[in-house]
Amino acid sequence: MTSSAIKGWAWVHKWSSLVCTVFMLLLCLTGLPLIFHHEIGHLLGTEVDAPPMPAGTPRASLDKVLEVARAQHPDRVVQFASPPEDNDDIWFVTMTPTPAPTDDFRSVAVDARTAQVLAQPRFDEGFMYVMFKLHVDLFAGLPGKLFLGLMGLLLLVAIVSGVVLYSPFMRKLEFGTVRRDKRPRLKWLDLHNLLGIVTLVWALVVGATGMINTWADLVIKYWQYDQLTAILAPYQGEQTVPLAERGSVQRSLEAARAQAPDTRVSFIAFPGTAFSSPHHTTFFFKGNEPFTSRLLQPVLVDAKTTQVTAAPHLPWYLTALLVSQPLHFGDYGGMPMQIIWALLDIATIIVLGSGLYLWLRKGKTEGQHKPHAAAAGVAGSTPQPASPSPQPAMGRSGATTDGAPAARWEGTP
Amino acid sequence: MSHHGHGHSHPHAFRALWGWPIALGLLTAIGLISALFSDGGLGDIVAWVTLGAVTATGLWFGWARR
Repeated sequence: MTSSAIKGWAWVHKWSSLVCTVFMLLLCLTGLPLIFHHEIGHLLGTEVDAPPMPAGTPRASLDKVLEVARAQHPDRVVQFASPPEDNDDIWFVTMTPTPAPTDDFRSVAVDARTAQVLAQPRFDEGFMYVMFKLHVDLFAGLPGKLFLGLMGLLLLVAIVSGVVLYSPFMRKLEFGTVRRDKRPRLKWLDLHNLLGIVTLVWALVVGATGMINTWADLVIKYWQYDQLTAILAPYQGEQTVPLAERGSVQRSLEAARAQAPDTRVSFIAFPGTAFSSPHHTTFFFKGNEPFTSRLLQPVLVDAKTTQVTAAPHLPWYLTALLVSQPLHFGDYGGMPMQIIWALLDIATIIVLGSGLYLWLRKGKTEGQHKPHAAAAGVAGSTPQPASPSPQPAMGRSGATTDGAPAARWEGTP
Repeated sequence: MSHHGHGHSHPHAFRALWGWPIALGLLTAIGLISALFSDGGLGDIVAWVTLGAVTATGLWFGWARR
């Protein structure tokens, strides 16, 4: 690599990192508790548990469940209903002022067997909600999401340029060298390089899937346009089906389930909401296998007649979105994986923090380092033949010895 | 990688520089993917071992080894 190429990559690395670092630190810090949101929810008592009943206890009609939920909030409409991830004994019914997307929602947990209200957990307040909102959209809705997505893109640029720079920095150093006996700057440079390269693929995957998740709202809108336009053509000009004209949701569920055997309900979207159409109750089913449980099969049921209108195959872009989610959340491999996720998250915080430190300390130490310090820095590493290729040294320190490029490079980010 | 060309003339240098990063990257990829196809089974254990090894590598070189 020529020295001008290195300069160019260093410029890209510096600016892409500088712009996104503060936001990435925020995302890493708020993401840390989110990794354990189930466990924290249990500790805080916000998780809802259904009383155990013998297997095969008959289930209440979904219509009854919804009626009970509506009675709790007569001024609201039902947007969604869903069972917990691995338990069919509870229905969470999400209630909002109108079917439009909003942050103003109430949740009613109804026992799926007795149709009794179990709890009304507030998912829109408290510590975890603040962490969640800061992590997802900075309390700024879709623009906030897309902004964080852009920061995620800059992170990916920073990671790729960092990998390119790893080579000139590390060529003369053994893997994992941390020069802690020298000035702190060298130690943090080495830790930055070490932890950056160790977390590389994980950070790329979590960064990229996080960025993809910020597009979720837009992807779903596109899906409605792409797949539902044709299906909805016969309904053109009709209003959102009023509650009084809707058929039985329980019957709709049975009709929909016949289209997707061997599946479980992931969630139900009611007419007029973001995941349905104005004329349909849309049932999203998930598979029973580890991998298919992440994929969804939508079935649109006419809200008036309770007849199935369509069961469109999930397009590739929604499949990609759904598969990208566990890869971002780290919630798909049990507690050991959550702990690993947290440790890698902390390592990323150190990479971000040390990067910031190296940039902040840059001006103060410039010109202080001497070539002999550089030579001493590699004393412990494997001796290597002098490379005939252009050295990345910028010559700022005037070094002419075959010292460590990293040490000679100290003045740059 | 940009140094691949360089690596042809110095295969040892290439391996010395990129051997560890490539191994760690492969381990991470295997771990991330294997758990996707498992629910409490072998794939999860593969993920714990591979991702755990990657994490341990960072801890070892960063702090444990003095």
